[in-house]
Parts: sequence; C-alpha cells; structure tokens
Amino acid sequence: MIANSNSSPKELCDLSITELRNLLINKKITFSDITDSVVHRIEEREKRINGYITLFIDQAKRQARELDLTKEPLTNLPILCGIPIAIKDNILVKDELTTCGSKILANFIAPYDATVIERLRASGAIIIGKTNLDEFAMGSSSETSYFGPVSNPFDCDLVSGGSSGGSAAVVAYGGAIAALGSDTGGSVRQPAAFCGVVGIKPTYGRVSRYGLVAFASSLDQIGQIARTVKDCAILLSVVGGWDEHDSTSVKEDITGILNFESGVSEIKVGIPKEYFVEGLDPKVAQAVDNMIKTLTPYCASVKEISLPHTKYAISAYYLINMAEVSSNLARYDAVKYGYRYQDAKTLRELYEKTRGEGFGQEVKRRIILGAYALSKGYYEEYYGTAQKVRTLIRNDFEEAFKEVDILLTPTSPTVAFRKGEKIADPLTMYLSDIYTVPASLAGLPAISIPCKDKVNNLPVGLQIIGRPFAEKTILSVAHWLEQQ
Amino acid sequence: MIDFEPIIGMEVHVQLKTESKLFCACAVEYGAEPNSNVCPVCLGLPGVLPVLNARAVELAIKLALALNCQITEYSRFARKHYFYPDLPKGYQITQYQEPLAHSGHLVIDKNRIRIKRIILEEDSGKSIHCGSETLIDFNRCGIPLVEIVTEPDIRSPVQAVEYLRNLRQILQYLDVSDADMEKGHFRCEPNISVRLAGAAFGTRTELKNLNSLRNVRDALEYEIKRQTEILKSGGKVNQETLYWDETKMVTGPMRGKEESEDYRYFPEPDLPPLVITKEEIERIKQELPVMPEKRKEYFIQTLGLPEADAQILVERKSLADYYEAVLRFLWEPRLVANWIISEVGGILNERKITIQELAIAPQSLAKLLAMLKAGEITGTVAKEIFLEMVETKNDPALIVAQKGVTRIDDENLLNSVVDEVLETNPKVVEKYKKGKTTVVSFLVGEVMKKTKGRFSPQKVNEILIKKLSNT
Repeated sequence: MIANSNSSPKELCDLSITELRNLLINKKITFSDITDSVVHRIEEREKRINGYITLFIDQAKRQARELDLTKEPLTNLPILCGIPIAIKDNILVKDELTTCGSKILANFIAPYDATVIERLRASGAIIIGKTNLDEFAMGSSSETSYFGPVSNPFDCDLVSGGSSGGSAAVVAYGGAIAALGSDTGGSVRQPAAFCGVVGIKPTYGRVSRYGLVAFASSLDQIGQIARTVKDCAILLSVVGGWDEHDSTSVKEDITGILNFESGVSEIKVGIPKEYFVEGLDPKVAQAVDNMIKTLTPYCASVKEISLPHTKYAISAYYLINMAEVSSNLARYDAVKYGYRYQDAKTLRELYEKTRGEGFGQEVKRRIILGAYALSKGYYEEYYGTAQKVRTLIRNDFEEAFKEVDILLTPTSPTVAFRKGEKIADPLTMYLSDIYTVPASLAGLPAISIPCKDKVNNLPVGLQIIGRPFAEKTILSVAHWLEQQ
Repeated sequence: MIDFEPIIGMEVHVQLKTESKLFCACAVEYGAEPNSNVCPVCLGLPGVLPVLNARAVELAIKLALALNCQITEYSRFARKHYFYPDLPKGYQITQYQEPLAHSGHLVIDKNRIRIKRIILEEDSGKSIHCGSETLIDFNRCGIPLVEIVTEPDIRSPVQAVEYLRNLRQILQYLDVSDADMEKGHFRCEPNISVRLAGAAFGTRTELKNLNSLRNVRDALEYEIKRQTEILKSGGKVNQETLYWDETKMVTGPMRGKEESEDYRYFPEPDLPPLVITKEEIERIKQELPVMPEKRKEYFIQTLGLPEADAQILVERKSLADYYEAVLRFLWEPRLVANWIISEVGGILNERKITIQELAIAPQSLAKLLAMLKAGEITGTVAKEIFLEMVETKNDPALIVAQKGVTRIDDENLLNSVVDEVLETNPKVVEKYKKGKTTVVSFLVGEVMKKTKGRFSPQKVNEILIKKLSNT
C-alpha cells in the first residue's frame, strides 16, 4: 500500500495514527522515534518530490523530545499527541511563512493561527511542515506553484494532482502521517486519488475556514488526507466543528462521525449515469466498477440514478470560482504585506506592477475572467446564470438522495498524467475536475479512496458522495471497502 | 424670467455608536493612537473572515423604524470592489440589492421626504496625505456605518439643512450615533439638479466635502446658481461628483478624477443572509423613545410652552429628558422650561459641558424652583443659589439657610433703603424728572445690590416709582 516501497518493510512513518498510538501506549516506541522516522523519510524522498515549501524539522524534534519527558500517562494524552501532520501552505500557522505557492506572498509571515491549527495544537499534533500547492490552490496538478511542481511519488515524471498535491504526496511517501489540504472543486480528492491515499472533503461549513487563505469562499473547505479512512476521520473530528470566527461554519455535532464502523448492509447505493460517459478512461471505469461489484452483495441496493445537470457543472463552477477569486485576491495590493514593486511612481503603477509580477499566469487568468463575469451588464448573464445552475445541481442531488444514501463515482476521469501535459491547455486541465466539482457546488461531503485495482501501476480513486453532514455514512462505506 | 426649481436628494453616512467594529472585536474609539484599534480581520489579512456585530444591526433597525421604514426580514451583504490603499480587502462589505430597510419617510415642515433605503456597511480606513507621502490609519476601518438615502424629494437648500438637522436629532434621540459632523460621524453627500417647474428631472451632480450644515447650504446654493446659469445659456450639466471648496466657496471636480466606476457587486459569501424576525422588530419598536416631533407637540399642546421654547428643549434630547425629570418633582411647566433654557442652558453653553456633567439632580433644581415659586426667595437670589449649587453641589435649602437670603417683605426696611439710594444718586433722580424714566432700572439695581436681592424686584420698582413721582 505504500507508494514505491513495496519491497521494503514498513517503518513507523508508514503506520497509521491508531497503530502509532498503540505502540506509544505500550511503550514500544518513543515520540522521537516517530518524528525521526518521518524526518528520515523526508530526507530520502523530499528532494525529488518537492512536496514541502517549508519544513519545521528542528521544532518537530524538540516537541517530540519534550513529549518523551512527560510524566503524564500516555492514555491521558490527546488523540494526535506526537503525530507529525503536514499543512497545506494556504493555511496560516503563526509566525511561519504562508506562501500559498505564490511570489506575492513568498515573504508573508502569518501573524495568527488558523482555527484548524489551534485545534491541532490542542490535540497534541506536531506540525511538521507546510506543503506545496498550485498557486493560491488554483490548479489540478500542483504545477503552478512559485516553488516548482510537485512530483507523484509513484513516478516523478507524473503530476501529484492538485491543488493539494504536496499534502497528498508527502502523506503517500511517508513524509507525514496525515495532512490538511483544502478542497474547492476537488483539490483534496483528486490528488489523493493520484497519489493513492484517502482524502475527504467535508460538508461545506463542517470545518472552520478561519485562517485558510480564501480562494473561492462559497466552495472552499479544509479537507483531510491520510493513508487510512480512520485517520481521515480522526483528523476531521479534531479540526471540525463550529467556530465563532467563521459565520458559515455550522453547529452540527462532529464527534459522531467517529462511529463509522457500522457496516454497509443498510446502505442504498446510487451510480450516477452521467459520470460514466465519454472522457472517462475505460480502465479507470473498470477499476471503479470492480469496487462497485465488491460492495453490491453486501449493501442494501445498487441502482443507476441521474444527475441531469452534471454537464453544466464545470462551466458554472469556473464562473463562480473565478468571480470569487477576483474579489478575494483584490487584497494583495502591496500596501500592508507581501510582494511590492519598488519603483512605482503612481498608485496605479504600484498596483499594476505588483500584481502583474506577483501573480502567476493561472491566477491572473482567473482574476481577469472573474472580474469580467461580475462587471456591469454581464453579471446576470454569467454570475447570475452560474448561480442558477448551481441551484439546479443542488436539486439534482437532493432528488437522488431521496432514493439512495450514497453515490459512487470515479474521483477523476484519468490516473495521474504527465507533467506539462495539460498545463498549456486550461480547458483540458479544468475538465480533470469534472467528477469532483458537482459535490463542491452542492456543498456535499465526498471522500476519495484508492480502488483495489491499479491502472498502469498507478492508483485510481473511487469517490463516495453523501448527503449534507453524512460524513459518517461515507466514512462507513469507505472503511468497509478499505477492509476488503 | 424663467424659474428653475432645484431637485435635491440626500445620502448620509452615519457612524453607529457601538463598542466594537462591524465585523471584528476591535474597539470603536475616537482619537485613539493611529493603527492601535486594529486586528487581522479589519486589516484584511489573508485567511480572515467577518463576524457580524449584532448590536450594530439592532441600532440600524432602531433608526429604520424611527424613519418609518420597512425592515427587510431577509437581507444580504454584498462586496463592493475598488482599489484604494485605505480599503484593505480591496472591497467594502456593504449591502446592495437587498438593503436592511427601505420605503420610509421623514416629515419636514409638513413635507414628506421619502427614505429610499437604509443599508449597513463598514467604514474604510483614513488616508492622511502629507506632502508626497500618504499615511493610513486603519482605526476607522470596519466601524459600522448606516447609509441613509432619500428620494429626490427635497426642494431647497434650507429644506435640505432642515432634513439633516432633523435626521441628526433623531440619531441622537435614539442614541444610535453621536452624529458629530466634526468628528466625521455624520457625513452628507447631496445630489442636485435643476429643472423648469413641472419638467422632467435634469442631470444631477453629487457634492462631497461638506463637513457642516452651513457648507451644505452654501454648496447647494452655489450649485443651483451654477446649473441654472448653464441651462439658461443653453448648455448642458455634466453628471459628475463635485468637491466643495470651503475657502473659495465654489464646487469643482474631484482631485484625481475617478474613472467611471464599476464596483462589481456580488453577494458576500462569507456571511449568511441577515434574517430579522417579526418578534425582533416588534421588540425594538417597543423600546423606541418618543421622537422629537411628537415630544415637541406634547410640550406645546399639553404643557403650554411657546413653540420656540419647545423647539429649544427637544433639540437636545438630554435637555428635554432633564426637563421632564424636573417636572416630575415640580409641575410648573413654563417656569421650569424658562429656567432650563436660560439658566441651565446658559451654563452648559458657557462651560461646554453636558447635562450629565453638570450633575445637578432634577429634584434639587425642582426644590430650588419650588422655593422661588412659593415666594421664599426672589428670582435674583434663586440665580445666585443656582450658581452656588453648580459649584458646591449642595442642597438649595441648605445654601439658602447658610446665606440667610430668604425674601424680606418688611416694607419699612425697604422704604428706608430706597430713600438712601435716592439720596446718594441725585443726578439720576434729576434725569428721571426730566423724563428719562428708563433710569428706574438702574435704581432698582442699586436697591437690589444693597439688599442682596432679598426683596422682590417688582416691589422695589413699585416703591421707587411711587417715591420718584412724589418728590
């Protein structure tokens, strides 16, 4: 199960949170052993993968040593105590760089902790580093980063997926036990699929966005990446839940999601026919189909359902996404922080040069298109229409969930592609999000887990979509399939 | 002579009197050290999110109800985009298509000025230009504002000023804002066009930089003249924003003229829709104080005050409140009104203090005036005692007792004092005899001086005239 390490024996950095905790409690290992193992793996693999932008190795080792000295019985220690967790570099960790993979924030030191970071710290986690990503999380390949592309741990010539490519890659190669990413239209699920790990995008509002650098606010959600379904669930239960700093976070109970080992016998499964059409790699379809076949005898029912507006999802998604980008990225103006063009003679020149030089191509493309979509005379036609489509897509899901409990789909139409293959063609790149975007538009929880079959020795992702706040259900199915 | 009629609409921005900012916990404090009341949220740092201040919403609803508006039960915030260094997010959180309240009105001299909408929004920071440098103070950034927009129902600069005065009074009455123009709590931007009576509306201009009511009136008068002259000579008025130059007394184009703005409004995704329930509206309605117009009517109709007195009292809510508080202890509406307007008001103006700072309890003033009313002390003495009360905060009865200044009715004593004064002022008496009867008041003053005001001035006057006529 570990990328490119089939022959070598498992090391601590390849184990799950539960396994490590058991070893710790039984005094088989120390906290430092875990950190050392992860650091050792990073030293081995990181150079070729480029999954991290910033590493906190010294701090991590110091934290582990301090934990080793604690007199407190280990069973009293919080759930993530001593577990090295990687953080996507668009989430603020106090007093450290938060670059968003962009030149414009290359020198930005975060003055506060994101809510998820506060919660990780409270649960004892060790923040091991900040992971690489597409610039401002805009991309599906982690190639648009100012700090260079992320390689796929299965094959360095391939992309890791994106935009949370760094988080998925480092978890895959053992450079962290688990990681936080952010998912706007598939940015956790798709790289998890490409790197053969588990990635969940919770319901919109489940996890506080306070301290997540805004990209497309109505879609952004912090997701969890790990090598097991259970680790994802643990991580989500720690960082999720209502936060007074985020008015869009909800007061729904979060700890209940941990009761996911309840089996699948009562689950009604839906297969959306619009997801198995032209553009889907037949071998990927086959791998997904085999997973469905595995589940069929054990669940309540499997039926084909229809999500008729799926074909409009990508257009609507990118319009909303770009409109919100043009707004959210307006604050990078060189006045208070970030990159600043030094020789400006006028205010206008300061803005133009700073933003012209500070942002990369994909970011600028989206700002310009988004500003256009919101401009006078075009708003209704573009943004207005996109919002209407969004409602239709949400209704599609509501209808489907009257009949079934979960939907099974491929996470991505293909396995990991080659670096450079799609970067020059934004439309093709956007289409790689075709199966993940609809759940984002509807705000639904969705998880990607590796299929049993590989395609060309590369992992394939199976996506499970659930009703709003039904993380427990999708985790149950994912966990059951993982155990087969 | 062709007559042009001005058509005026008013947009006012008012800073709400909340303890913290609209979307973060930073304090709202006038005159604080620059950039001391700031946090990641109001500075628009990466990753921050707004959380709505419920108190600001309540104040805005209060105002909307007092202006007879419909409250939108489901309103939304929107982002308004433009680049400027004192706008840290590159957009302002405001309201656009779904305002908090709409369709209200305010009656000014029996004319109904319709209120088009009231919206809740955040203030920007403050740019301070010094030489070639621009400094920014973000303390103001994020302070809650309401924007109150009228229909173009105002027909003269005087009416415009009347509207603003009334609006400001209502804000102070509701305790929704201090509405201090000098401190920038109350900023008005009128728009104005002129037309031939009955014709369609002409092209309007918007006026900025008006930081006093006088400026508003002067700028509007200037603009009426300017636009009328343009139209009379067959020209066209440009639709533009003009800046009032207070020293030259002219309007002119804004410095660094803005291009045609497209604010790219769209619904703020970081805030859920603002839902205001009927129950909440009802609760706030119950808590509304009596508005100045109603109160003035009550003062005139029921208490029998002259209109001018009623007007002075209601203009400052604290003064009217104090007036009614004193009445609760002494039901002498006219006497109390006179005293509060002249004596109390005089001290407040002279010392530039508020009624709270004066710290004379309503019952103390009532006690003093009761003594006056009962004839125990004269008016002159009462004024002296009042000044003493202001200084020492002592009980008026105590001061009267200590000073021994109760009124004296001993006519023999008075006669002898009057004789003495007439003897020592023969020249004045001479003048009187030559027909200059006004000198009596001087003589009354002399008698009062000698008797420390303890005789009734009417009585002194009476005796003086009697004696002067007899000699």
